Amino acid sequence: MHLELVKRPEVSRVMMVGSPVLAVGLTVIFAAIVFALQGKDPLAGVYYFFLEPLTSSWSIEQLIVKATPLVIIALGLAVCFLSNNWNIGAEGQLTVGAITGSMLPVLVPEFASPATLPLMVLMGALGGALFAAVPAILKTRFGTNEILTSLMLVYASGLFLDWLVRGPWRDPKGFNFPITIAFNDAAIPSTIPIGPLYLNLSAFVALVLVAVLAVTLGRTLKGFEIRVLGQSPRAGAFAGFSARRMTLFAFMVSGALAGIAGILTVASEIGKLQPVISPGYGFTAIIVAFLGRLNPVGILIAGLVIALSYLGGEAIQTTMQMSSKVATVVQGMLLFFVLACDTLILYRVRLVGRAPKEPARA
Amino acid sequence: MLEAIILTVITAATPLLLAAIGELVVERSGVLNLGVEGMMVMGAVCGFAGTLTFGTPFAGIIAGALAGMAVSLLFGFATLTLVANQVASGLALTLFGLGLAGLIGEGFVGTPGLKLPALFIPGLTDLPVVGRILFGQDVLVYLSFALVAGVSWFLFRTRAGLVLRAVGDNHGSAHALGYSVVKVRYLAVLFGGACAGLGGAYLSIAYTPLWVESMTAGRGWIALALVVFASWRPGRLVVGAYLFGAVTILQLHAQPLGLGVPSQFLSMLPYLATVVVLVLISGNRRATRFNTPACLGTPFVPDR
Amino acid sequence: MKKLLLLAGTALAVALGATAASAQDKTKACFIYVGPIGDFGWSYQHDQGRLAIEAAFGDKVETAYLENVSEGPDAERAIERLARDGCDIIFTTSFGFMDPTIKVAKKYPDVKFEHATGFKTAENVGIYNSRFYEGRYIIGQMAAKVSKAGMAGYIVSFPIPEVVMGINAFMLGAQSVNPDFKVKIVWVNSWFDPGKEADAAKALFDQGADIMVQHTDSTAPLQIAEERGLKGFGQASDMIKFAPNAQMTSIVDDWSAYYVGRVQAVMDGTWKPENKWGGLADKGLMMAPYTNVPEDVAKAAAETEAKIASGEFHPFTGPIFDQDGKERYAAGVVAPDGDLLGMNWYVKGVDDKLPQ
Repeated sequence: MHLELVKRPEVSRVMMVGSPVLAVGLTVIFAAIVFALQGKDPLAGVYYFFLEPLTSSWSIEQLIVKATPLVIIALGLAVCFLSNNWNIGAEGQLTVGAITGSMLPVLVPEFASPATLPLMVLMGALGGALFAAVPAILKTRFGTNEILTSLMLVYASGLFLDWLVRGPWRDPKGFNFPITIAFNDAAIPSTIPIGPLYLNLSAFVALVLVAVLAVTLGRTLKGFEIRVLGQSPRAGAFAGFSARRMTLFAFMVSGALAGIAGILTVASEIGKLQPVISPGYGFTAIIVAFLGRLNPVGILIAGLVIALSYLGGEAIQTTMQMSSKVATVVQGMLLFFVLACDTLILYRVRLVGRAPKEPARA
Repeated sequence: MLEAIILTVITAATPLLLAAIGELVVERSGVLNLGVEGMMVMGAVCGFAGTLTFGTPFAGIIAGALAGMAVSLLFGFATLTLVANQVASGLALTLFGLGLAGLIGEGFVGTPGLKLPALFIPGLTDLPVVGRILFGQDVLVYLSFALVAGVSWFLFRTRAGLVLRAVGDNHGSAHALGYSVVKVRYLAVLFGGACAGLGGAYLSIAYTPLWVESMTAGRGWIALALVVFASWRPGRLVVGAYLFGAVTILQLHAQPLGLGVPSQFLSMLPYLATVVVLVLISGNRRATRFNTPACLGTPFVPDR
Repeated sequence: MKKLLLLAGTALAVALGATAASAQDKTKACFIYVGPIGDFGWSYQHDQGRLAIEAAFGDKVETAYLENVSEGPDAERAIERLARDGCDIIFTTSFGFMDPTIKVAKKYPDVKFEHATGFKTAENVGIYNSRFYEGRYIIGQMAAKVSKAGMAGYIVSFPIPEVVMGINAFMLGAQSVNPDFKVKIVWVNSWFDPGKEADAAKALFDQGADIMVQHTDSTAPLQIAEERGLKGFGQASDMIKFAPNAQMTSIVDDWSAYYVGRVQAVMDGTWKPENKWGGLADKGLMMAPYTNVPEDVAKAAAETEAKIASGEFHPFTGPIFDQDGKERYAAGVVAPDGDLLGMNWYVKGVDDKLPQ
């Protein structure tokens, strides 16, 4: 007996909605089993993991804060992945963007004007883009595989930041601890009340970027070029598109967005530079990009789902004394189920008995 | 001194080599499994648990390999049977593995392990300079080289290896010729899981006989990068793993010399060296493209 | 859709509320850890303190913790979650949690906060730390007495004042026995990578050191010492099980007494923010039994320990010279705590450079 996939004649609209629901349903069941195995009340566990984060305006705000950088980075990664460029170094581009973006408030703290924050974001984008250009250029010039180069540069950038905040950029009044001076108020994004929620400016930046990318990818020639080159570089060449230029373009867009995410996170959440500025956003965003099917709106939803799983994970830790490992396991299961159930959109699954020996029809 | 450095490099390189040789076979079959870290850490905890439960590190080796295979099967089911996205599934596997390993290992924190004994052949191991390097290693070190040789032979000298490469290069044609693409890929993924599990087990029973959460500390990612470094050729994997290991160890040796270079820059060296060397040797682009599995990362559904 | 979820959520919350309500009269003590509690080092020791609270107060307390909390943008949310969950006192156990702690404390004036190893206080934020350097002075003396090579290897994580202070204290201790004692330093740039720590230990032994000192969390360096038949010192917890023939002693962090005391103060309503820098004197810091050393060495170590604990002797008592030979403290002058907490210079005889 084995499972067999039968391609649907067309994309199943029902399953577009149904598959995530099914996935969440399966995760709930398996999560309940895991909670029960830990000797905890499975129902309460399910409530705290999946629903509690949605029950207060505070946790919804936190959800959005957590999703914001993930969505911004994943948007850029989608451009890379769609055009068949394997950028897995977004974490490093985020780090460099945070560093270049912080140059203003750290090195020129007197400069506090309404232009400060936009300039910081611009410099962050520039830094991220230039850093991402390194693997792109190595790929187009020397044929060096970008998976390796982009990943290795993550480690290098992290160590560079470490040196920076312990050495030259250290706050002279910080008792020699590894932190820079605190950003001035002009460098910190403001929060905007929307109904009962107070949302950080970054969240709106993310929304705007989702819209921009959705239009670019779906409605413009550039979007078409990205897809064609991703699916078939040869066809793209016939259409007059250059795969090399696309590699550089995709990497720099993706680096710029990671850089923006980096500087926005640092400015709005930390308010200074320090050795650790990201809990692996650049890597998590890879999951977000694929979970969102490389579609900007899908990425927005996926970012919120992933953020929910982090908040839910914390909720079961604090309220039910389950360890963070349980949360990680459930998170992994959620991802597996969502990814696997996506298959149902394009395929029907059939359980086949032991008899594939029917006369060939094809 | 040189002997001492080489000995240290061997222990640093072996877990990378073990995990990478498995991933190389997986990728040659056209599957990109980014979950090496998750499989390794499962190998580490189960290797440790197996060692303590049965009182011998050899049981740990087997347990580690089996654990790696078990979680790789999850990945296989998602990506091969259900054609889920490989990159995202691999990352999910990493998360899942790190979490599960932490849970399994909760009871082993703070317990000393047993160390895998090194080979000792009177006469040979005592030889000056080369004795301990060649004849004084533990079984996993020899196994890592045997696996490299075996995989090399298998991929390029056997029919089954040819089929595996064909599946990775053009799954459509391989299927048309009557080979079961999915079955071949399942076997490759399982082999990759076993090797990653061995690499993890090496950490917890040979490198540092102890268990602590997330003790793989990112080595699965390095192993992944090394497969790319090697351009999917087993022989070059040895070069990559030992280069990375050697630079890591040399920078540790360089630090106490008081060069005045900040340690962060020295710690960057292994990563940067790998990039630089890859750039230098990837000048031959045709050879690189020739060796890259064309179907890497693309799902396959047999149409019937 | 969202409304519906909210409704369903509230309904469930009400249903579950029954169990939560009974917890009202209990004191709730909460913890944020930077690493996993399974690290058998820093976070593990703090969690032992949490367990000690449970053991001491039984039904009267409730505890909760969040582990593996990154010091970046997640920290504030994690701390605030605990504050919202009804914690009466929250211990944030890593330096990187300093600013988030202060921020959250401002929003929740009724909750008490205690931040480890930082320097910012507030009306409801106290700080605490341990004088690890006291232990490091003792092991410095022991190292100099036991070492035949006259050189120790020292594995360190990151250059922060805490670590620099430790290296200095170790050297001052060693130089009190052997003025020419040498130390070789390797930074692994990680609090936690057993493999890399093992490699660093091997490198240091290969360069001629015969004593291993570590300011990283794993047992790996000591295990290498055990393998090589050499000696070393443990860190954070008693690691004798991992190195029965190599560990001479270990500098054990014990937060239990402090945590139990603070929770008691919350219960009694006497809690006030303090700047508590404990050490050997109040058993926040303990030396594991002196083993694997000649009797006179153990005896001398115990004497030094007693002198430091009683306050008769302070490891940072002048004359102390820095690397450039400049006199930092004149004979008989004791370095003030403020200087120690921000230390970023080496004493004479340390052959290493700090990032400036």
